[in-house]
Amino acid sequence: MRFALQTNKLVPAPLLLTSQDTLSISKITHLPVIPGNSSFVCNPELQKLLSGKQLLLDDLPFPLEEIQNHYENGMLSYRKGIETNGSTHECLRCGTKDPNWFASFPCSRCGEPCVYCRQCLMMGRVSSCTPLISWTGPVPAHEHSKNLLQWEGSLSEGQSEASRRVVHAIDEKKELLLWAVCGAGKTEVLFKGIEHSLAQGGRVCIATPRTDVVLELTPRLKAVFPHIEVASLYGGSEDRHKYAPLTISTTHQLLRFYRAFDTVIVDEVDAFPYSVDETLKYAVQQARKPDSSLIYLTATPSRKWQRDCRLGKRDYVTIPARYHRRPLPVPKFVWCGNWEKQLSKGRLPENILRWARQRLNEGKQALIFTPKIASMDKMLPLFRKLHPDIEAVHAEDPERKEKVMKMRSKEVPLLLTTTILERGVTFPNIDVAVLGAEDRIFTESALVQISGRVGRSAQFPTGDITFFHYGKTEEMLQAKKQIVAMNKEAETRGLIDG
Amino acid sequence: MNWFAFEHCLFCHGELKTAASWRSVFLKTEREYICGGCKNRLEPLKGDTCRICSKVLEAEFRKGNLCYDCIRWEENPHWSGLLTQNISLYHYNDFLKEIIARFKYRGDYVLARGFKPDIASAVKSMLFDCLVPIPLSPERQYERGFNQTEALILESGLQPTPLLSRIHTEKQSKKSRTDRIHLSQVFQMIPEKIPDINGKTILLFDDIYTTGSTLRHAAKILKENGAGSIYSLTLAR
Repeated sequence: MRFALQTNKLVPAPLLLTSQDTLSISKITHLPVIPGNSSFVCNPELQKLLSGKQLLLDDLPFPLEEIQNHYENGMLSYRKGIETNGSTHECLRCGTKDPNWFASFPCSRCGEPCVYCRQCLMMGRVSSCTPLISWTGPVPAHEHSKNLLQWEGSLSEGQSEASRRVVHAIDEKKELLLWAVCGAGKTEVLFKGIEHSLAQGGRVCIATPRTDVVLELTPRLKAVFPHIEVASLYGGSEDRHKYAPLTISTTHQLLRFYRAFDTVIVDEVDAFPYSVDETLKYAVQQARKPDSSLIYLTATPSRKWQRDCRLGKRDYVTIPARYHRRPLPVPKFVWCGNWEKQLSKGRLPENILRWARQRLNEGKQALIFTPKIASMDKMLPLFRKLHPDIEAVHAEDPERKEKVMKMRSKEVPLLLTTTILERGVTFPNIDVAVLGAEDRIFTESALVQISGRVGRSAQFPTGDITFFHYGKTEEMLQAKKQIVAMNKEAETRGLIDG
Repeated sequence: MNWFAFEHCLFCHGELKTAASWRSVFLKTEREYICGGCKNRLEPLKGDTCRICSKVLEAEFRKGNLCYDCIRWEENPHWSGLLTQNISLYHYNDFLKEIIARFKYRGDYVLARGFKPDIASAVKSMLFDCLVPIPLSPERQYERGFNQTEALILESGLQPTPLLSRIHTEKQSKKSRTDRIHLSQVFQMIPEKIPDINGKTILLFDDIYTTGSTLRHAAKILKENGAGSIYSLTLAR
């Protein structure tokens, strides 16, 4: 869209009554800032839809005249979608700067060659002439009373300490890393902090890279905050335009938010795609208010973050023990020779077969993690010689859900898997093996997560975790070291029994 | 010249291994825009195809070298003989559906370039006077930001000749076959172009051939205004 730059305001070309000079918004160097008119009565629907967001005109089902009227009264702002400096571009919605993600087209809206961002295209095209529209007026008020949290459960010692630190960070509007081992009970640790923020009239967001986690967390949080409206956001969700004090969102959906939240909680900071995707880091920064708190949750911080913690550069709190007060199972390393070569001859290393056979005889379920789909496909028939019901699962498997269900209902005695089951999934009583633990896909954090699948339930708090390898790697050693260190810390702090 | 532009496949953003080799520098060979994997997922229309619309013929739904749809068109004196022949490049399979949806509804303009080699070579093998894109209504074109058929022509290094304009109606993709065929004329001839087309051979260009209704409506207007024969080329069928 083209705009005329009038005395201290922009006027969209379609609303101009006389012919005037107009420009694409990206060519306007200084965008005027309009002070809010306190006597202006805004459209509450528009206010609800736009508060804390950055949306495109196409996302707003209101007449352009009405939008412009709100703009002229300081209730909303037009910002550039693409910032261009010479030949480099930056998408101001998703933060992309990599030239590979930009392309240009002859635009019918501005009549000029228009650069657009392909990275966040699926959320509606942002191009040079696209204004990003954000709310700048007063935000909708929400009810806040003291007793929002209705939860009967109790916290372990380690959780209580962490919970206090979370409340404190929210109070001080600071960043905090909550480093909690797999099975520590991270979600409960957040309850007090969320209540605290909501009680002050704050807006809270829990962001996670994965849709399954959004779907799992939503009912849990609705149950403990029964009087609070909860928006659940993922690709294709119905709550897309809902204004709620508590938002649970995939990190990707955060791209539609702008200075919205007083508290942002980012789950699994180490997990794909947050750790690899700069865009999503940008999204978190855009979505939080300038004066807000940011809580990171993880069981496996990157080595850089671990170092920052040790050096005191990053505020953090650990929960080194599980809720059931038993130590984390420590991985055993077992050399299995050149398993790929054996596999190409239609054989599996004898010690792995023995490990599997033992589980099958005892009737204990097991997961075997493998590095690649191709080699997993070759292994499956070999394992099936031990038991015909053994299955294999990977990310693109159309029967992925059914197979996991069958594992839960114990119809599958042993499941081969790629790293897709490394986190999030809990089977109560299993042993776990990694076959080919030396592969570079098995990073320190992947191996810690995989080890974290064992002994999760209070009923079955122990189990075996074995890394079958063809040469130990630094990642394997670091993973083991991290687990041992957590157990030691838990012991010192008296968080585990005997 | 930007040596390292598009090191990634336009369709899947996977790495392209062919970026800027000495061969491409000295021999000026056409560079690749999409990767082998994506190319393989485009299914060219091959084999026994309908003489008019290039649909792949199935035993039960054919009469001679025509498909049932074209027989129905040709039986109707109102439409008979309007469209001499349509050439379509690929099956409208799930992969292409996804690509076309991203291209025209999400507005990923540059995807058009991925079809350049096939469009360019198809056009080269045809004889015509004007290459005419199926237009969008001004409202729709503003909404999308570009006309997808014009984009495909331009990105294939060809020159479009706009002859038609279109009246704003509901989206085609939301209508049934009967609705589409009984639709009143949505195209108009751009008046000042009328003298240019007398007796000329026209190659209409569209993204998808579904029922053939759009192309025949366009052909009708062009014929009524003096055009000779009408051919068409579409990406998908």
